[in-house]
Amino acid sequence: MTATLSRSALSGPTFTGLRCKECGEPYASGARHVCEDVCFGPLEVVYDYEAIKSRVSRATIEAGPASIWRYREFLPIEGDPIDVGTGFTPLLKAGNLARRLGLKSLYIKNDGVNMPTLSFKDRVVSVALTRARELGFTTVSCASTGNLANSTAAIAAHAGLECCVFIPSDLELGKVLGTLVYNPTLMAVKGNYDQVNRLCSEVANTYGWGFVNINLRPYYSEGSKTLGYEVIEQLGWQLPDHIVAPLASGSLFTKIRKGFDEFIKVGLVDEKRVRFSGAQAEGCSPIAQAFAEGRDFITPVKPNTIAKSIAIGNPADGPYAIDIANATQGTIAAVNDTEIIEGIKLLAETEGVFTETAGGTTIAVLKKLVEQGKIDPEETTVAYITGNGLKTTEAVADAIGQPYTIEAQLDSFRQAWDQAQSKHAAAATA
Amino acid sequence: MAVQVLIPTPLQKFTNNEASVELEAGSVAALVEALEGRFPGIRARLCDDSGKLRRFLNIYVNSEDIRFLDNETTSLSDGDEVSIVPAVAGG
Repeated sequence: MTATLSRSALSGPTFTGLRCKECGEPYASGARHVCEDVCFGPLEVVYDYEAIKSRVSRATIEAGPASIWRYREFLPIEGDPIDVGTGFTPLLKAGNLARRLGLKSLYIKNDGVNMPTLSFKDRVVSVALTRARELGFTTVSCASTGNLANSTAAIAAHAGLECCVFIPSDLELGKVLGTLVYNPTLMAVKGNYDQVNRLCSEVANTYGWGFVNINLRPYYSEGSKTLGYEVIEQLGWQLPDHIVAPLASGSLFTKIRKGFDEFIKVGLVDEKRVRFSGAQAEGCSPIAQAFAEGRDFITPVKPNTIAKSIAIGNPADGPYAIDIANATQGTIAAVNDTEIIEGIKLLAETEGVFTETAGGTTIAVLKKLVEQGKIDPEETTVAYITGNGLKTTEAVADAIGQPYTIEAQLDSFRQAWDQAQSKHAAAATA
Repeated sequence: MAVQVLIPTPLQKFTNNEASVELEAGSVAALVEALEGRFPGIRARLCDDSGKLRRFLNIYVNSEDIRFLDNETTSLSDGDEVSIVPAVAGG
């Protein structure tokens, strides 16, 4: 039955184990996430890049599925993946927004239309649950600011895994509903995300569950690398000059970089320095504060912002995000809640993309950095939009227009249309 | 000052697989010493070579991160619960 053997069965996995990112201590590739024998640093997956190099080319990747699994040799799985069509989201040439901001070449990587749950989290969860199944877990879990809960519940449902997820109790309704519909057990914890995470660490100690962002974290976080690979491929196998991405725990930022570096390492793209700039909300900006003060350590904060999906007051990968911004001559900046809402509206009005508050943060920081001269108009810039605005309609409900309620009569329409036209004209001259 | 300490899985090899231990300590720094006294070797996991708590470890006293309190000098009272939690990613 060789015809039914999977690719991986014929060629074997490309990862060889785990290693501490801080001290280099090696570990076997089980369900563990910290350097328990030495320093408690985060563990990372170790790959055999020679094996990857011998198996992949631009042609093999282009012939793969239109999902993150076209890059499966770069991902830490052994067998067949849970493929729910995650990834390969549009890279939109954002001409209108570029003109508005005064940039020559701007792209939006739109993970607000990722599958199945409309955020970049589907990437990390697809990888984490594939690995969870391989490691023998039957129940999966996570601590989430909302998007991760949606994704874990949905993909667990598809994979037939039991699911119990934890969120702060004050999340937006859309994110709560968008989890409950998949019928997991949902724990709404009275506290902020950092408190939820602490509780989950304690639950992970005592229940034999696969927590995607705790004991499966080394595998989970690798899924974000695909946001790097896809941008390279969609730019015609080229690196951009500058990227802007939201910073919550800082993990996404570091993994986009790792994705770029790996494609360089295996010869899929020519080496070039890419500048990395990060976006935070002022109401939860521990990484931006540390960056501004020239610190390499993070002082935790208590979040108070509408950008709940990125409201992590104690970001685990914050120090690495600062290292990357410094090493690439990028920057890390924060914007306030009003600017975030303006960012959401700006992206929607210019490009037809409705993002959530994290995306509003990214666009507002992009605008700010252009105004401050920190993004060169000549740079090919990519802004990463990581979530969908329909999940957080509360954030913009009071900041956008109202419909004209009219009778089903031509006169009524005419009157309203005239009103609309004069309002439009007034706005244009304002 | 008897306090309850929640031990994360990776450190339970020092505590005979106990997930929770009771110790006498008046501050977080004293707690680290008390843990070392009862479970030799555990201090080197909690602190770096300069004796500071490792940056990837979070310590909570009654659910509050000690960095919002007085860090290592945070005082402990009878019945307090101290939680040792390795940093995690997420969102």
